[in-house]
Amino acid sequence: MAETLAAAELDSLFDALRRRGYRIVGPALVDGAIVHSELTSAADLPAGWTDVQAPGSYRVARRDDEALFGYAAGPQSWKSELLPPRVRLWQARRENGGLAVEEEPVESEPTAFLGVRPCELAAIAIQDTVFLEGRFQDRDYAARRADVFLVAVDCGAPSDLCFCTALRTGPGATEGFDLALTELLEGEHRFLVRAGSPAGEAVLAELPLRAAAREDVDAAGLVVAVAAREMGGRFDASGVHDLLLRNLESRVWDDVAERCLTCGNCTLVCPTCFCTHVEDTSSLDGETAGRERVWDTCFSVRYAEMHGGNTRPTPRARYRQWLTHKLATWEDQFGTPGCVGCGRCIAWCPVGIDIRAEVAALRAEEEAHAHA
Amino acid sequence: MRTLDALITESPVFEGLPPEQLELIAGCASNVVFGEGDRLFREGDPADVFFLVRHGLVALDAYVPNRGQVTVETVGAGEVVGWSWLVPPYRWHFTGRAVEPVRAVQFDAVCLRGKCDDDAELCRNLLKRFSQVLVGRLQATRLQLMDVYGDSNR
Amino acid sequence: MATATAEPTALGRGSMTPLPYRVVRTRRENHDNWTLELEPVGEAIEPIGPGQFDMLYAFGVGEVPISTSGDPELDGRLVHTIRAVGAVTKALCAAKRGDVVGVRGPFGNRWPLAEARGLDLVLVGGGVGLPPLRPVLYNALAHRADFGRLVLLYGGRTPRDLLFARELERWRGRLDLSVHVTVDAASSDWHGRVGVVTTLIPGARFDPAEAVAFVVGPEIMMRFTARALLDRGIAPERIWISMERTMRCGVGLCGHCQLGPTLICRDGPVYRWDEIAHLLEVHEL
Repeated sequence: MAETLAAAELDSLFDALRRRGYRIVGPALVDGAIVHSELTSAADLPAGWTDVQAPGSYRVARRDDEALFGYAAGPQSWKSELLPPRVRLWQARRENGGLAVEEEPVESEPTAFLGVRPCELAAIAIQDTVFLEGRFQDRDYAARRADVFLVAVDCGAPSDLCFCTALRTGPGATEGFDLALTELLEGEHRFLVRAGSPAGEAVLAELPLRAAAREDVDAAGLVVAVAAREMGGRFDASGVHDLLLRNLESRVWDDVAERCLTCGNCTLVCPTCFCTHVEDTSSLDGETAGRERVWDTCFSVRYAEMHGGNTRPTPRARYRQWLTHKLATWEDQFGTPGCVGCGRCIAWCPVGIDIRAEVAALRAEEEAHAHA
Repeated sequence: MRTLDALITESPVFEGLPPEQLELIAGCASNVVFGEGDRLFREGDPADVFFLVRHGLVALDAYVPNRGQVTVETVGAGEVVGWSWLVPPYRWHFTGRAVEPVRAVQFDAVCLRGKCDDDAELCRNLLKRFSQVLVGRLQATRLQLMDVYGDSNR
Repeated sequence: MATATAEPTALGRGSMTPLPYRVVRTRRENHDNWTLELEPVGEAIEPIGPGQFDMLYAFGVGEVPISTSGDPELDGRLVHTIRAVGAVTKALCAAKRGDVVGVRGPFGNRWPLAEARGLDLVLVGGGVGLPPLRPVLYNALAHRADFGRLVLLYGGRTPRDLLFARELERWRGRLDLSVHVTVDAASSDWHGRVGVVTTLIPGARFDPAEAVAFVVGPEIMMRFTARALLDRGIAPERIWISMERTMRCGVGLCGHCQLGPTLICRDGPVYRWDEIAHLLEVHEL
């Protein structure tokens, strides 16, 4: 049965989560961007703000209403919480002529993610596959992930860069959440709420909910439908896996390479990019050593360094690696797509490289050659 | 003892040649034996002969100042040693040395070059087969040049 | 991809945490290669199979992936032959008996020895490609009747770079194994063959129609060797190689070792030639 929660009562959700020991992380307006921060109440949410995104550009702008989740996606994703940029894995000591290795306990608190976009739910599911479903699990990710409560919010205001519909990851949340909200702005400011798990059900039971009327349900459906329509035709994902792998020597890669700075911004903001490297350190006296897991980027010139040289010394090769991994070989490696269509890589690329356009260029180039 | 014809066909270079041509080639051939360390030919000398190694190992050496005598390649059973006889100025570019006792068929290049001039068919066959072997040798040499097992800081 | 699979390993502790192993023996193989024999201080890793590798940790310096080079039936003892080329490998090669290093593993997949049962087995090693093949040879010699002809072809840079010199001599002396060695360059006091390892293939005694080949060495050497083996008539599904790429975690979680659609630490390092060849043709993949 569908239910609604008045926006004015949103703090009851905060209370219910806090009672369960969760710290709450969600969107807030900080330094001109909507970023994930620790929230104390609904008053911290970016009421009345939206984002305006274009290749190489991100700005916030005022809406003419007080929507609490009226934006698309900020520069970060939940990756910063589940896969922190720097994590100590263990410390070691030389001891009795031997080696004592002590694993670092995972420093995490139970956390509620408030405002998870459907594309972000998909991204979390993708990273779950990488870190939890392989032959080896990531201990740190597993511990953090087990302690997370997911509150999804359907997308009502996709940016010009969003293309989740092409990859079937939104704009409505369908699974993988504890609670899902759809923000309704016409009439009383309220949310249509639904539970996606027993934990979600338990929380809902403590909130001052009202039975949803027909109009509420229809309005929620409309929010998602309108958002989906806005994103129509933005990206042709058909056969993209094979398209990329057929065109590894395309001129298009040379074109992109002339623009790409290999700065790695795209990998930083991408919610699925997961590459890390390990830093082994030791104390000055040589008695203790440690290992940290640190975010890495395949754009780094040292990424493919081995004794004997570097297997991807050129920007062309590194850009090609990133995009073919994201849209093609990720699927071969993990059985899921690698991209969720959030558009962050396009906004945050300093030179505005648009992967949708690059894929279209590959298609066009292949066509042109076929008819040559 | 087997005839020279039969011995010559042990090598892929001459295998399958029509008997008349084999006879022509055998007419320029003789059996030779070298002891370990013996020199087969010397860098700079006229290349009037070439060899088909039947048993043993022949090293191709070059003298490199500061490095001494360097072995560039070794040639074993079933393989031909000597190409310089094919092209002017018909001089050896390396020194040939028997690494172990060697039994070989030695071919008189002047004799064979003469017969080639007279018999276009024979010439064509020989050149075709020798080019094939040469190409294979060249690929191997190029891989050798790449020094793939080299240091990491190359 | 059809690859030989390794048994799943249940690691009670985190997959990134090394176990302490003590160096019980070291042997200098040549001017820049050492073999370390290790025994667990406490908990041991699962038994390692031919083809697999461990991540070896030098305290405070770092970690490198090294293939096993020892006898797979040697209980509990790990054997690794290491070339000193960088900070970590130099530190490992400098280890003395009694020193403790860290070990994570075993990772990767194994040489598909089952595929070679009843057939001729041709092993081709180039440079430091010989150590990863040695466990195969030990296994084949221990179960000699399971195979047809056994052939070892080994190419090194120069005579002083050759590994396992004493063992090579012993192997040469066996009647049930043929061993051929060559070097790329030598002075005239080397009484062996000079030329690349592919030159050993035409003359090697095996039946191409009934043979399986395992090849390890620098990638370009493996490409040339595969070509020569194919020319000799071995089927592409019967040639297996061992691939190498940058490795950091060794457990499929860091992304570094990917080559197109495959993760070398997880799906390899052993690959069937016909399944990997097309990837080797793409430059800078």
